[in-house]
Order: sequence, then structure tokens, then C-alpha cells
Amino acid sequence: MTRAQTRYLGYAVLLVLGLLAPLVVYPVFLMNALCFALFACAFNLLLGYTGLLSFGHAAFFGTAAYVTGYSAKVIGLSTGLAIVAGTAAALVLGIIFGGLSIRRQGIYFAMITLALSQLIFFFYLQASFTGGEDGLQAIPRGKLLWVINLENDRTLYYVVFAIFLFGFLLIHRTIHSPFGQVMKAIRENEPRAISLGYDVNKYKMVAFVLSAALTGLAGATNAIVFTFVTLTDVDWHTSGDVVLMTLLGGMGSIFGPVVGAFSIVTLESKLSDKVGSLVTVIIGAIFVICVLLFRRGIVGEVQGLYRRVVGSRA
Amino acid sequence: MAEIFGVPIAALFGQLVLGLVNGCFYAMLSLGLAIIFGMLNIINFAHGAFYMMGAVFTWFLLSTWNISWWWSLLLAPLAVAIFGMVVERLFLKRLYKVDPLYGLLLTFGLALVIEGLFRYKYGVSGLPYGIPEVFQGALNLGFMFLPKYRAIVVAATLVVCFSTWFIIERTQLGAYLRAGTENPPLVQAFGINVPAMITLTYAIGVGLAGLAGVLAAPTLQVSPLMGSNLIIVVFAVVVIGGMGSILGSILTGLGLGLIEGLTKVFYSQASNTVVFMIMALVLLVRPAGLFGREK
Repeated sequence: MTRAQTRYLGYAVLLVLGLLAPLVVYPVFLMNALCFALFACAFNLLLGYTGLLSFGHAAFFGTAAYVTGYSAKVIGLSTGLAIVAGTAAALVLGIIFGGLSIRRQGIYFAMITLALSQLIFFFYLQASFTGGEDGLQAIPRGKLLWVINLENDRTLYYVVFAIFLFGFLLIHRTIHSPFGQVMKAIRENEPRAISLGYDVNKYKMVAFVLSAALTGLAGATNAIVFTFVTLTDVDWHTSGDVVLMTLLGGMGSIFGPVVGAFSIVTLESKLSDKVGSLVTVIIGAIFVICVLLFRRGIVGEVQGLYRRVVGSRA
Repeated sequence: MAEIFGVPIAALFGQLVLGLVNGCFYAMLSLGLAIIFGMLNIINFAHGAFYMMGAVFTWFLLSTWNISWWWSLLLAPLAVAIFGMVVERLFLKRLYKVDPLYGLLLTFGLALVIEGLFRYKYGVSGLPYGIPEVFQGALNLGFMFLPKYRAIVVAATLVVCFSTWFIIERTQLGAYLRAGTENPPLVQAFGINVPAMITLTYAIGVGLAGLAGVLAAPTLQVSPLMGSNLIIVVFAVVVIGGMGSILGSILTGLGLGLIEGLTKVFYSQASNTVVFMIMALVLLVRPAGLFGREK
């Protein structure tokens, strides 16, 4: 088999797994993991392929969640439109954040995005429509296109799975487009990309806004799944979580963030009732271990191992 | 009673002093961040955790061994600095050859671990710590009452910040440090032990954070969460000031504390966010920060 064939076989296996999974595993858990997987993939588009570390992505996730929740519950938009509205809000916020931060690089970029997201956090803490500390409760799941009833967990799962696939394929398409090649060139050597005549900031900006919008899509979907939005969704710990998912799974690989998201979501749901507040300690320790020992992440290490085994045989 | 813009003068100055006290903590923390960044080229996300450690350690010394605040002033920063050295030797040392973003990620993880452990041990509610007896009460300045302890915090911060500036800009050791920042291999070639200097720099930087924690213990709520609430504001302060100059980060810290205090008086809803908004404005006008240089 050629490499492309192997890859498509892999995609097919995953697709079947995704379709059959809700028969075995609790759908709400799966949906949560899928939302975070999309979140991490969108984040990876920025970190793994453009080299920009944003520490404020929770702002997009949470904003989309609040806007979706508010438009579904208070304004009474249908579920599909509410998700679109949430995604659009994240996109607009992405333009604002990007406009302010994109000219700074590396560590400064991380600090600026973190500070801006904290600004958004305090805004939601004080604004009346978010319900403050209580959060926005009892968001109706409603119907998709007036016919598909989303109250049923399993039905909703397939909708969420479709949304995830849409986002995932869009990211896949972006990475393998000429635009994606320029992004990688910027990651590898920004001065050279500039000297080749690329308007680097424009490319970064488009990548940033796309990443923000897809993060918003994930946040909007998550709000519909859980039917509530709380301040946790805009908290900087959530931004940290998604950085960890990407790092753990393997940044700069298309499947890495998915693996990382499923690992962390599983870990958090399994551990939180056993060790309580020590979850943060464990999350922090994984961070440290990842950075020190395997910076390529799970997928990166497995790929490396695979290549070594296959390479030694040939 | 005299008023300015409908606000009693005493209340206005009271808030300004409170703002200045907060500004002191911003200044000390951003100073430490700037020193560490200059030498190690990483942003120390665990800085807030070290600050918290300083405060909690101060509380611990008094409540367990009845060791006074004066001794804590020496012991707590020392303990934090030693812990910092261990961290630098064990972890950070391995990251100098890779992208500086990994340093940020590692210290972020470290901050989560430290904070999580302290929260597990001490809970999230505040740990009470009284003001040292000598500094209880307030001075009557005529137009306002100035609590003695707040005056001491401001004075101590000015002394510490100025000494740090003096050491770095005016002494032999400081000259080595600055040279090490510019070109480590060359400095090493002149026979100066650069790795030891890096460790020392990190220890001084986090020691400053620990000292800020000791100063904060009697006046702010001591709690395991006090660091993470502060560190993001300090990041914004660093972005506003730019990390190029030491004096710049001190001035920015104090100034933003004052502005925050003013905001509390005139529009208290924005007092949490005013620093971030100023950051956004500064980024629009001077992307490199007020005292920074565009690379």
C-alpha cells in the first residue's frame, strides 16, 4: 500500500469507529470529547502550523457558547442558527484579538492573548445576560432544520459528529492547501517567508481568525450538548487545557489534538470524583512531563517509532 | 468635608494609596519577570505561584513556629529562591536549546502543580495574617489617614526596586549579568560561570516574587489562589511597559496600580479590567510597549 492509501484506510477506520461509538460509550461524554477535539484541532491550526501560541482561546470558546445559549434561550433562534450566531461572534472576536496581537511574536503573543481573554472573562462575570457565577442555564436543545429532534442524545451525537467532521476536514483542507504551505513556511522561518514576498501578518491573521471561528463552532456545539454555559468555559484554565491537549497529542500533526483531547477529557472525567482538587496537580504534572520528555506528543512519538521500525526493516 | 468631582478627598486618597500598594506588587513581580526574561529568555508563568508561596510561607512561619514577620522578610524569599534554584537546575536547564515557548509551557504546568498542592493542603479560603505590631494604626496627614503598613510597603518596594536596579546597572555583577544577556558564549569564554549566573538570576527573580508575597501577607488575603489572580494582570503590565528596561517595568507597575485605584473610585465596575483595556490601547499605539524596543 502507498502512504496515501494507508492514510485513507486510517480515515475510514476512524469514521466507522465514530459512527459506532455511541452504541458502546455514553453519548454525552463522546460529544464533549468531540467538541474539545475540534477545539484542540482549531488551536493546533495556529500553534502547530503557524507557530503562534495563543493562551486566550477560551475567550472564543466561551463567547460562542454564551451567544449560542443566549440566542437559543432568550431570542428564540432555532438551534442551527444559534450555533451559526455563536460561531460568527467568535469570528468577530477573533478579528479584534488578532488585530491587537498579531504583530507581536512568541511569548508576547501568548501574554497578550491571555490578558485579552481575561478581559473577556471579567466582562462575562459582570454582564447580566450571562447569569454571572450561576451561568446560563436551561438552554433548549431544540430541533435542527425544524425536524430533527436534538433532545435525543444519540441523534444529537450524530449531529455533533457531523459538525466535528466538517471542522476537521476544513482544517485538513487548509493545511494541505497552498495557504497551509505558507503557514508552515512562516512557522519554520518567518524572515525568509517575508523575504519571499509573503505578507506574513496577513497570513497569520487569516489563520488566527479561522482558528477562532472553528473554536467558536466547538464552543457553540458544546453549549447545545450540555444545555448550560458557565464561566469555566471562558476561564484561562480552559485555555491551558486546550494547550495541553494539543501538546500531549502532538502539535503539528492532524490527529494529535484529537488524541490529546480524548485523553484529557477521559482523564478529567475519571479522576475528578476520585482525587477532587488534585486534578489540577495531575494536569500540571502532565504538562511538565510532556515538555521535558516528549515534546512531539503521543502521535509524534508513535509516528517516530513506526518509522524507526519500518526503516530498520527496509 | 472637601470633595473632588463628588468624591470625598479622604476616600480618593485612600483608594490611591491602596492602588499604589497594588502597584508595588505589580512592580516587584514584573521586575522579577523582566530580569528572568532578560537572562533566560523565558516568561516565568510560575511567578504568581512563587509569590503565593512567599505569602503562605510567611503565614506558616507565624502560625506554626511563631516566627515574626521580620524574620519572614528574610526567610520566605530565601526559601522561595532556593526552591527556584532547584526548579531551574532540574527543569528549566533542559529547555535552553529549544523554542522559548516550551519554557512558558513548563512553568505553566509547574504553576498548576504548586497551586494545586497548596490548595489541597490549605483550601481556598483566606489564611488570616495580622499586621506587625509596630505598623498598626495610621498617620494623620491632615487630608487623610495613611495606614502605616501601607506606607511601609510602598517604601520597602521603592528600596528593593532601586537596589535591584542599582545592582544590575551599576555593579560588576550586574555588568556580567547584562553581558550574559547579550552574548552568553562570549561571557563564558571570558571565564565567567554562565550557568551559575543563570541559576542565580532565576533565584533572584523568584526571590523578589517571594518577597512581594511576604509584603502582601498582612495587607491582602493570603490564599493559595492569590498568585494566579495576580499573574495575568502582571503579564498585561509587562506587555504595557515592554520588557526592555528595568526602570520601565517599575514605573509601569506603580502607575497602573494608581490608575486601578482611581478607577475604583470613579467607575468601580471597570477596576478589574482597566489594566487590560490600557494594554489594548497601548498595543494599538505602541506595539512594543511604552518602554520597549521593536526587535
